[in-house]
Amino acid sequence: MESSPENYTEVDNPECLTVEQAIANLKGEDQGLQYYAAWWLGRFRIREPEVIEALIAALDDEANRTELGGYPLRRNAARALGKLGDFRSVPALIACLDCSDFYVREAAVQSLGSLGDRTCIPELMKLLEGGLTVAQPIPGSPHLAQPYNLIIEVLGSLGASEAIDLIEPFLEHSVELLTYSAARAMYQLTQNSIYAERLVQALTGEKLLLRRAALSDLGAIGYLPAAKAIAQTSAENNLKLIALKGLLEHHVKDCSPESWSVSDTAIYLMNLMDNLL
Amino acid sequence: MISNTNALELIQAVEQADSTVSLLNAVKALANARLEAGIPTLIEVLSYNNPSPAIAAVIGLVQLGEVAVLPLLNLMDDYNYGGRAWAIRALAGIADPRALETLLEAAATDFAMSVRRAAARGLGNLSWSKMIPLEVNPAQKRVFTTLQITSQDSEWVVRYATAFALQGLGSSVEQSQPDLVGEIKAQLEQMLATDEDLAVRTRVQLALKQVEEIER
Repeated sequence: MESSPENYTEVDNPECLTVEQAIANLKGEDQGLQYYAAWWLGRFRIREPEVIEALIAALDDEANRTELGGYPLRRNAARALGKLGDFRSVPALIACLDCSDFYVREAAVQSLGSLGDRTCIPELMKLLEGGLTVAQPIPGSPHLAQPYNLIIEVLGSLGASEAIDLIEPFLEHSVELLTYSAARAMYQLTQNSIYAERLVQALTGEKLLLRRAALSDLGAIGYLPAAKAIAQTSAENNLKLIALKGLLEHHVKDCSPESWSVSDTAIYLMNLMDNLL
Repeated sequence: MISNTNALELIQAVEQADSTVSLLNAVKALANARLEAGIPTLIEVLSYNNPSPAIAAVIGLVQLGEVAVLPLLNLMDDYNYGGRAWAIRALAGIADPRALETLLEAAATDFAMSVRRAAARGLGNLSWSKMIPLEVNPAQKRVFTTLQITSQDSEWVVRYATAFALQGLGSSVEQSQPDLVGEIKAQLEQMLATDEDLAVRTRVQLALKQVEEIER
């Protein structure tokens, strides 16, 4: 059975914790409560300066460790800071890119991407050094040495054209998902449709997981010529709608931010969307 | 005319399919035969959590039309939101007003956004001519009240579907209830002014344009 990407936002119950309690828990001694509070403060977007400071401090936590040496509290703190959108957390998140725990690095890359601050570009580029030689599967590990797909996506969305030479080799990586991230970033950085067409091609592939990934990438880059292929690929309508929404918003932002008229292209995209509701 | 043996074979082919491709082909064959006896099987396929066969089953059920409405209402899988969303999509496609109560409830209260979205869409294009004339105006008012609720949904896609539905409702009531057209336009204008989502606002613009064109 394939899991369906439905959202269950209603399940999260904010009433079981108050802001004061969460902050107190984050600064407290109980590791379980600390871990939960870090997640909670991000989930409910508590942007108070006190919260930001406490989460930044939690990025240096040494107490909460897993058996394999991971840092669970640091992971949650890094994820939360990405949701809170405070640029003061950028230097501390950049420092996390050197953490020994893969999942801390992954969370930091993701959050730096959400924050959209270009100062992290040189540090992200360092993580791509060594190219494909370094980026090979590690026996017994569920992931590669670095969260390459996220690193490449963030470099693409930050417009880091200086990273093109480092990203390009990943188009040939043996992990298909990673080649999609590379194609997506290469399109964003060069606007050459040859890269976006690789993603369109992926919509006709055999594996649902890969078609879903290509949908998400095409939506993120807003590649208009993909509209029909998106509407026709075999995947959940939720995902097709999100991808077409990406195209629509890209188009509307590009053409006329102030005028109230709806272009023929926008109408075409919305007709495709209406049929998927 | 398809014989009973052939009907049974088509149904068995769906039940015995062991891959997505063979299931898809079997569902398509059963759908194309347009057999009333195949309706429960097509409805069951909606719960398999497999998009392409589900789409083929929805198309088949919509083609069958009115005869599929009561089975859909009775056999809908309340415990599988994926299946429920497809069933609501089929009901929305058939557009038979006997589904009104189910669509109203699903649009306003279902926990799954894919169900709320499909239900909101269905409310926008019901075949009102199939309803007893006296009941039409009050039913359309109830649809509008529910669409006011869904216009505040936390999911963008439900609000997007609401804009689509308000456009459809606006066109249906243009002759019979001019007051309601005014309320629909006011609702759309409010969405245009306040919705945080660019795609929703763009769809609202199109809806307003379409409703105003019909008025002229």
